Amino acid sequence: MKNIDSYTHTRGESVYLDDIPVIGGTLYAACFDSPVAHGRITSLDLRAAENSHGVVKILTHKDITGINQIGGIIPDEELFAEGLVHFCGMPIALVIAETDHQARAAVKKIKVEIEPLHIITDPREAADKGELIVPPRTFKIGDCDTAWSKCDYVFEGRADTNGQEHLYIETQGAYTVPGENGVIKIYSSTQAPTAVQRAVSKATGLPMHMLEVDVTRLGGGFGGKEDQANTWAALCALATHILKRPVKYSLSRMEDIRMTGKRHPYSSDFKIGLNKDLQIIAYEVCFYQNAGASADLSPAVMERTLFHATNSYFIPNATATAYSCRTNLPSNTAFRGFGGPQGMFVIEAAIAKAADELGVDAMEIQQKNLLKTGDEVLYGQKVVSEANECWNKASSLFKIDSIKASITDFNAQNDLYKKGMALMPVCFGISFTNTMMNQGRALVHVYTDGTVAVSTGAIEMGQGVSTKILQVVAQTFSIDPAKVKVNSTNTYRIANTSPSAASATADLNGKATLIACTAILGRLKKIAANQLNVEESAIEIREEAVYANGIKTALDWKSLVLATYAQRISLSEHGHYSTPGIYFDKTVEKGHPFAYHVYGTAVITVTVDCLRGIYEIDAVKLVHDFGSSMNPVIDLGQIEGGLVQGIGWMTLEELVYDKEGRLRSNALSTYKVPDIYSVPKEIVVEYLETQQDNLAIFRSKAVGEPPLMYGIGAFFALRNAIRNFDPKLKPAFDAPMTPEKVLMNLYPEKIAALTGSPATEIINEPAKIML
Amino acid sequence: MIQFILNQKEISTGLPKGMLLLDFIRYHQRLTGTKIGCREGDCGACTVLTGELKNGELVYRSVTSCLMPLANAQGKHIVTVEGVNMGGLNFIQQCFSDQGATQCGFCTPGFIVSMAGYCLRETSVYDQSGVDAVNGNICRCTGYKSIERAVANIEEKLNERTKGNAINFAIENNILPAYFSTIKERLAVYHLPVNGTGNQQGNPAKFLGGGTDLYVQQHDTLPEEEIDFLLDKNNLKGIEQSGNRCILGASVTVTDILESPIFQQYFPALNKHIKLVSSTQIRNMATVAGNIINGSPIGDLTIFFLALDAHILLSDGITARELPLRKLFKGYKALNKTADEYIDKIYFELPGPNSHFNFEKVCKRTHLDIATVNSAIHLIIEDDIILSGFISAGGVGPVPIFLENSAAFLKRKQVSPEMITSLIDIAQSEISPISDARGTAMYKRLLLGQLIKAHFISLVPKEHFKDLMNA
Repeated sequence: MKNIDSYTHTRGESVYLDDIPVIGGTLYAACFDSPVAHGRITSLDLRAAENSHGVVKILTHKDITGINQIGGIIPDEELFAEGLVHFCGMPIALVIAETDHQARAAVKKIKVEIEPLHIITDPREAADKGELIVPPRTFKIGDCDTAWSKCDYVFEGRADTNGQEHLYIETQGAYTVPGENGVIKIYSSTQAPTAVQRAVSKATGLPMHMLEVDVTRLGGGFGGKEDQANTWAALCALATHILKRPVKYSLSRMEDIRMTGKRHPYSSDFKIGLNKDLQIIAYEVCFYQNAGASADLSPAVMERTLFHATNSYFIPNATATAYSCRTNLPSNTAFRGFGGPQGMFVIEAAIAKAADELGVDAMEIQQKNLLKTGDEVLYGQKVVSEANECWNKASSLFKIDSIKASITDFNAQNDLYKKGMALMPVCFGISFTNTMMNQGRALVHVYTDGTVAVSTGAIEMGQGVSTKILQVVAQTFSIDPAKVKVNSTNTYRIANTSPSAASATADLNGKATLIACTAILGRLKKIAANQLNVEESAIEIREEAVYANGIKTALDWKSLVLATYAQRISLSEHGHYSTPGIYFDKTVEKGHPFAYHVYGTAVITVTVDCLRGIYEIDAVKLVHDFGSSMNPVIDLGQIEGGLVQGIGWMTLEELVYDKEGRLRSNALSTYKVPDIYSVPKEIVVEYLETQQDNLAIFRSKAVGEPPLMYGIGAFFALRNAIRNFDPKLKPAFDAPMTPEKVLMNLYPEKIAALTGSPATEIINEPAKIML
Repeated sequence: MIQFILNQKEISTGLPKGMLLLDFIRYHQRLTGTKIGCREGDCGACTVLTGELKNGELVYRSVTSCLMPLANAQGKHIVTVEGVNMGGLNFIQQCFSDQGATQCGFCTPGFIVSMAGYCLRETSVYDQSGVDAVNGNICRCTGYKSIERAVANIEEKLNERTKGNAINFAIENNILPAYFSTIKERLAVYHLPVNGTGNQQGNPAKFLGGGTDLYVQQHDTLPEEEIDFLLDKNNLKGIEQSGNRCILGASVTVTDILESPIFQQYFPALNKHIKLVSSTQIRNMATVAGNIINGSPIGDLTIFFLALDAHILLSDGITARELPLRKLFKGYKALNKTADEYIDKIYFELPGPNSHFNFEKVCKRTHLDIATVNSAIHLIIEDDIILSGFISAGGVGPVPIFLENSAAFLKRKQVSPEMITSLIDIAQSEISPISDARGTAMYKRLLLGQLIKAHFISLVPKEHFKDLMNA
């Protein structure tokens, strides 16, 4: 089944936040944000702005009717700066004017004086100074301390990954409309309607039942609108609450990039020990997460880094410690993978380092240590593994040996270009790691004409969850999908939603929908059994016809629905689902946090232009564990899209903050995401269809986040290509591998000649992008 | 008054001529299918088509409406996604839907409109692929593979058509609505252009060509300013050859260059060079004079023409003066030009049989990106001796640089690894790169050396590559 939105999408008729017809009297908001990353506000001069044409009001922290606090996990995030500013882009004031243009013009007239304070942009500096968001956490299996002595080889190193801008093409925004008795309807481009509702409630002081959040769809989210849609909704709602007028704010791209957080950069130290058979005996890792100015979701992201610290490998002795470090950058936040990719990069770097030193191929070490069913991972869960199945299928299907041989041939014949390859196995846990959040709800109404409306807590943001929900309804009732309408996500219909995140949205909301539909179906069957005089268990509905004991009857779906209504039986149901069997005990950092794991193996080949330092991704061929895909078109799209986003993170997407904490790559002209020419020339996705039961909806495993991590292989393939140019080269594990890093790594002697100092100091300095 | 046809509707508006077409479409006409993604021409979500009569033929181009003033729509057919909608999905939309080439959908209308432009395009000297037609459209969801599959299905369909029949074929095959057949006739009554100066009071107006740079920098203030719109002035158009001299009007676009038989003949690798310059949409708008006058240290066309030692004709409307391009740039964005002077023409000597020309550009993302460093070279070699050699370099100083000392050094030299090593040393002494978001100063130095090598490698047989690489 095709994405149900594709009709309106291709015709330009889908409605996003900025497309909602505005109500007469709507005012427009624009934010004045801090130009300084850390300091004390000594004066704020609003006079010129207040007198600017069309300005209705300028709000600051003084105007907040609730509390000046929107922190989700930890109350450490002010809506408006009050006294201190903590990052460039922190909201200080909100101009409300008759037009968008007037609001933005007035913002330019606001003057602020800020006494500068020390700015931290480096997470290691923050850790040294004790600037931590939460106390550090350690996950541990076995005992590394005693294990080192049993290792034949031990290697240490450092690995760094930069952040990543979400670059949803629809920017953040909100539109708030007042109703009678002081209620507010909030249109928000958010992945988390309930989080928006809570943030608005805090800022305005209004109780949650007066706040209706409604979301039709997002023009992309990727995690960026999980927590960080709250600010804009809270700002607009506060203005609406005070002025009793509709207020709209659709951020410009530069406002959005400047004021919102990104994927967390990490800097990490690792130590890995192996025996002569290349089995990993021990692994120790310390992560320094760059959280930015406040907690946001950072503690949860940090937790998932720890969960995925050993990726797809069984390591009997492993200790992983993580520090969430407070810096003066916009608060970093959720991004597809949610800390998992950062954890996986480090173990892959450790394996590559060991392979370099031992003169073996990294894939030998990778393969030897893949998880097997029953293996215990460092957080105590015993896994049901498909790691070897994926690897072996990839190896035989894609003929890894012959790819390797053809690369060797090519490299022997070409001086200008060198190819490299890498394998990237992935094991990703499905569930919110915060067990409480693993619940979903659905409200299903069957109307008397036989059509069905369904509302859930799921947000459609391109991942196709609405289509999957619709499939659940149509399949459970066995009716024409055209009879089903998936409605907007609305907190009046579905309360206390978990965000659409953690790849779990289709599972949680799909299962809740299944529960609701099954309940209604049971009631329908009972009526049918009565009418047809058979046992309830003999009734079946197939393609809108009622079957009794396998024989088609004259009763059809529509008349059955009418008959049920006539009997005064409810045709509506509110379904609730909570994932069974999951738990996690933070006091010992052990448990069974994931409903299941998703596995896969990708083979990535690249070609580096050794003259110019530029490169192409030749092919990515992967075997992915879908369970049993309920929608192959949508799932393929998630794999391809996630993979390319991961490759972008590892290659050309480079966030550049200067030492003053100002973002220099602050527009699409300076922050480059993959374009159509830069993606792999070939992507092959093979389905590992498995038969065993799992907790996914219709056994169709979650597919949102796992493919992003295949992209990590691009970094290592490029690194291998550089080493194929000159085996003496040992490029730092410092992602992304931009064309700049490639060229600098290829020619250390030339850099030495140009600068008169050893090249290693320049090219292996991971913080050098901090200009 | 600006008058044009928007989809099927006649528009006559007195709104400011500098207002962006995007804002007019979305907020004044409430056609919300055209999306705002970046307002700097870098995402393509706001792509629309402009159709205009050229030599009696109706020619459609894709453009980013976020950088296009209303004035540049005068007398044209502007097509938004709503203008390609029919009852049910059209063929392009159907292909995108079938292939799952739309996920969040926000970028999708831009892709659909770009492909509509592709379907309306007659093949010319420059044979564009379907993928090339959407190279200015960014999608953050799909990873583009489903889009490639949809585009391939559309290309397959277009293979059935005969030459000179694009519009009729599109109508007959459910690709576009029937009203497209009436546009040519309807456009004929419009006068083109009105968009001379809006300035009657003698205040110095800002000159604006395609708008692709000025609107990036000043999109919030420009709409209300006095602007002299140059793009559609007839006297600023056209590419001509006079003997060995090639003369370009100031408002020649990058696409005009790409499709020029003269350029195609004299620059055999033109397609490769121009593919490195922005995107299809931007090439359809950006003018050669705009690229030069912008004064950016990394202007691609400026670098291209500097190595050809092009000259420009500056005019204030009354008097004109000639200036070598290399004398135009005084300092960062400072030009040897008065406020009321604009470029009238650009001319240069076409490469001869002994000429070797090459253009190199490296950026973070190979396409649709601003150069970290770019460079062009023009050598005249006879009997293995370089008679003259001009090299330009961008991104390595405050202005686009004509490497004078390098040019002097190259005279009467033979190509050898040693010569190239010396040349790179000289070039290094002529540049002063700084560290910025595009790269560190050290990287830019290293890169320029590599690009100079690349220039020579592109000119010699493959067996000599290794020697030169090691230079």
